[in-house]
Amino acid sequence: MTSRFLISALFAGALSGAIIGLLQLMFVQPVLLHAELYESGELVHFGAEAVSAHPALPGFDLMRDGLSVIFTMLTYTGYALILVAAMSFGEDRGARIDGRWGILWGVAGFVAFHLAPGFSLAPEVPGVAAADVTLRQIWWFGTAISACIALWLLAFGQNWAAWGAAALLLAAPHLIGAPEPETFTGPVPTEIGALFAARALGIGLAAWVLLGSFAGYFWQREGEHAAQAA
Amino acid sequence: MTTLTAKSLSASRFVPAVFAAALGIALITLTGHVQAAALHDAAHDVRHATGFPCH
Repeated sequence: MTSRFLISALFAGALSGAIIGLLQLMFVQPVLLHAELYESGELVHFGAEAVSAHPALPGFDLMRDGLSVIFTMLTYTGYALILVAAMSFGEDRGARIDGRWGILWGVAGFVAFHLAPGFSLAPEVPGVAAADVTLRQIWWFGTAISACIALWLLAFGQNWAAWGAAALLLAAPHLIGAPEPETFTGPVPTEIGALFAARALGIGLAAWVLLGSFAGYFWQREGEHAAQAA
Repeated sequence: MTTLTAKSLSASRFVPAVFAAALGIALITLTGHVQAAALHDAAHDVRHATGFPCH
């Protein structure tokens, strides 16, 4: 049984992570590198002269971009392990788990791990002002966990008490508020920050839809193999 | 009988499911949240793009 969890999560995580790593290099990395030019002071805005929105950027960096793909695969394998565990509990409660239903689980994962924390702690472009990183990480984990519980209650709850608790859990972290910086000191133009957040969330949704679908597919396939072997 | 099968199925899954979830949390903590310099630098771009609090 343990191998069913590990195999389906590894396949789903590595496969979606590889695709997402490439999408990230194509759509998020150029925005990030552009922002870093402002972060390092190589470019400045609000100066006397207008700055082009299309700077020359360094090309493909094998070490840096290769590490990005590897860490994306690792991150989504981590998420896949959590997702497959949740799917197995869902299956016990009557949910159908396969590649198609996995898409819905993926959207839920995106909401829990990207959209819910990002609603108050937007994906950070390099160079932004931010509060203490430990405080933000604690808030991030708290928000992701409460969103996971909330979505579970929405999907598997049987009454209004469960659904009401879900709404409270979704809202609470944002009512409490994320750790925010005291003052804004970031050197990066807001246009780049906004594009970065939009791209990060968009790629995050694509990532989780792929991850959910692959996880559902491999979970079902490994289950069939196990049943045939038994 | 069906209930019994369902129950024993859940029991056989419970420990591996918790193990998988714990492994998953450890992995995203390592790739997304540990602040050790080498890990931070290697994972820097991914952390920003994935919406983890970075630095």
